[in-house]
Amino acid sequence: MSTAPQTPQGGEKLPKEHYLNATYGIRSWLLTTDHKRIALLYLISVTFFFFIGGIFASLIRIHLLTPGGYLVTPETYNKLFTMHGVAMIFFFLIPSIPAVLGNFLIPIMIGAKDLAFPKINLLSWYIYLVGGAFVLYSFATGGLDTGWTFYTPLSSIYSNSAVTPAVIGIFINGFSSILTGLNFIVTVHTMRAPGMTWMRLPLFVWAHYATSIIFILGTPVIAITLLLAGLERMFHFGFFNPAYGGDPILFQHLFWFYSHPAVYIMILPAMGVISEIIPTFARKPIFGYDFIAASSIGIAVIGFIVWAHHMFLTGQSTYSAVAFSFLTFLVAIPSAVKVFNWTSTLYKGSISFDTPMLYGLGFIGLFTIGGLTGLFLATLGLDIHLHDTYFVVAHFHYIMVGGAIMGYLGGIHFWWPKITGRLYPEYLARIAAIVLFVGFNLTFFPQFILGFLGMPRRYHDYPPEYQVLNVMSTAGASILALGYLLPMIYLTWSMRYGKVAGKNPWPATGLEWTTDSPPLTENFHETPVVDWEVYDFVHRPELGLQGSVSKKPAPAHGDD
Amino acid sequence: MQSQIPLYPEQASNFAPQVDNLVLFMMAVCLFFAVVICAAVIYFFFKYQRKSPGEIGVPIHGDLRLEIAWIALPFPLLLAMFGWGAAIYVDYRHTPTDTLDIYVIGKQWMWKLQQPDGRKEINELHVPVGRNVRLIMASEDVIHDFAVPAFRVKMDVVPGHYNTMWFRPTKTGQYHFFCSQYCGTNHAVMGGWVTVMEPDAYAKWLSGSSGSGDPVAVGEKLYNELACSTCHLADGKGRGPSYYGVYGSKVKLADGSTVVADDAYIRESILQPNAKIVAGYQPVMPSFQGLVTEDQILAITAYIKSVKDQPAPGKAGSEPATGKK
Repeated sequence: MSTAPQTPQGGEKLPKEHYLNATYGIRSWLLTTDHKRIALLYLISVTFFFFIGGIFASLIRIHLLTPGGYLVTPETYNKLFTMHGVAMIFFFLIPSIPAVLGNFLIPIMIGAKDLAFPKINLLSWYIYLVGGAFVLYSFATGGLDTGWTFYTPLSSIYSNSAVTPAVIGIFINGFSSILTGLNFIVTVHTMRAPGMTWMRLPLFVWAHYATSIIFILGTPVIAITLLLAGLERMFHFGFFNPAYGGDPILFQHLFWFYSHPAVYIMILPAMGVISEIIPTFARKPIFGYDFIAASSIGIAVIGFIVWAHHMFLTGQSTYSAVAFSFLTFLVAIPSAVKVFNWTSTLYKGSISFDTPMLYGLGFIGLFTIGGLTGLFLATLGLDIHLHDTYFVVAHFHYIMVGGAIMGYLGGIHFWWPKITGRLYPEYLARIAAIVLFVGFNLTFFPQFILGFLGMPRRYHDYPPEYQVLNVMSTAGASILALGYLLPMIYLTWSMRYGKVAGKNPWPATGLEWTTDSPPLTENFHETPVVDWEVYDFVHRPELGLQGSVSKKPAPAHGDD
Repeated sequence: MQSQIPLYPEQASNFAPQVDNLVLFMMAVCLFFAVVICAAVIYFFFKYQRKSPGEIGVPIHGDLRLEIAWIALPFPLLLAMFGWGAAIYVDYRHTPTDTLDIYVIGKQWMWKLQQPDGRKEINELHVPVGRNVRLIMASEDVIHDFAVPAFRVKMDVVPGHYNTMWFRPTKTGQYHFFCSQYCGTNHAVMGGWVTVMEPDAYAKWLSGSSGSGDPVAVGEKLYNELACSTCHLADGKGRGPSYYGVYGSKVKLADGSTVVADDAYIRESILQPNAKIVAGYQPVMPSFQGLVTEDQILAITAYIKSVKDQPAPGKAGSEPATGKK
């Protein structure tokens, strides 16, 4: 990609020297400490896992075309949905935005040369690979059939599948998350450029700061929990096995103490992406910056005290169920604040149809549906009926696919010119975004109805009256698959043949758009000084837009 | 069953209309917000289309009054959802006293259900319409979940715990029940049918049973076979406390606290005898973990339940069966 010929059209030229062509050879990539190269290594690895998880998902949907399930055996079906969950959650969704876009952008957005600990950053990627290798070993040696939730005593005693290597893989992978979170927090605290105050931080950085808190506080808990389950499996300790005086419910408490906040690990960075896209393509400051920033932290904090809403029907005490239901309703508030603020940002904007904006608007709609249906599940009386049905499956796919993946793809498109120096084919990209949106809704909306009708999740076979809705869902999934393949193809194509983008094609206001595309290894030719407010289009004449005035009298720092 | 694309599950229990009314309320509220947001997004999207390439938007940074408004105004609605839902749940978790008790045992991958008179069913449950039914549930292996969509109820069945759930069927007919908590290979086929019958049809169905396996008789037999009777003498003078009239009573423990002797207490006393020591006795009982099945524990419990009063003098347990209550 680094040797791509420069195309003359558009008058823009690739910079002579940038992080892609600074050094050559496989060693220069595998031993790099450049956060941008590490981000690309992650991009390739998470795409690989997304592809694997996607193949499992396709097989699941094809299998569910008919009641009775003729494609695969029950054992295989159970392994497919388990491996789909493990690959997608631990090896795609959790690392996707932080490790790819966060890694690439956070240092540039705050005007730093790299992350605070570049070698640890590379170590994170290797840890991810080692964890991934264990999980792939588990998949290759028969797979596992416990569900991604690993509920004991099924996972620790009864399952006859390759649980141990998968648990070890996820345990190891956790350290990758912890180190990434640590790196981000230290970087944001210590490496901001002159003038980059906390209230001038892009909301993308705020979202990653909140995510990093969860990484650091939550991940050790899942690591130890899965380790305990693995030890029980290997050495028959009695942590969770009632036959030895253990309690299987304890596992669920520990598991969800991490895994509920993990949902926010997946969605908060996507919210950060959307908070960048919307002001850029509405060409106005984001509405309620401080409320959006504070709501990210609020979600991260409240998200830690709602976990037992996954356990309303385990026999937990009525009082604790009522308390956790109430706390869960509280977390709806910061999420709603974000949605209202994004919507208000559009008011009196100068709105364009560009692809990232389509993903941004799609995100608002899908996240709204995903969030509102979460209220149904938080409501105790309804959870009795909806718990463990397809309603839950639909709800969390609206958040994780409609939210997190839409945000990820929106972000990939938005920063693609910065990452590669080239533009993707705009019209094809718009079509792909619309195909994705339609395919997504057709796949998952029928599942809400299936769930309300009572179809339990994780069923390889179902009563015939549920067939029509399952067929609709499978039809939608085939459209969705096309929607994912298109960007994979044209983005790869554009790395060589795309139009050269220039520094700031949209234009956008962030610091990352003031440097070359693709940037130098050191990110900036000289240390930038920030003398503008975040998302301010008015006082930025260098963006070349109408109606801008020269910089207002600089408050604290001189002009550059 | 009904139309090609069913949109609404049947309502066949006291909880079904309650849950459905709340669903309608929440759908109305959520649809309102979803429509407002989507309409605003679409309207702004077309209304504020960029007119010329260099145009910028009006720089509005926010509005504190709006922020406060959209935090404060939806809050009462959230509270209403929470409160309404909690009311249904509290009702659901609070079993009435006059129930028909069915014992349910989940195991990979079947359900064993037992009527109060001992009649056993596999993956079938017959209940009378209009009667409060309580399911007392245990698992032989992993976590299962007993779910009846037409009744809008479900509850996990957890090894090592007794969980209970209740409902009152309101409509005769046959309804699916499912295992709703993933439990391994044949999870999807671990289900069956609940048959709700008119009370006299139910009585007739019950009387058609062979009568074999009356749980009290089975329990009494086990009681002697497992040699419970050698320590737990009727007069309480053995090495263990008496079991006569213990069910439902308050038991004083060695640590000074008291517990109500319910199904879970008896089960625990059999499997983990040292967890709760009755005041005045020594922790000498061995665990019966692995020696008795959940079925057998239920039978022993039924037997203990059946002996209410102190018997006539003589060794308890070694006498011939005195019949059913």
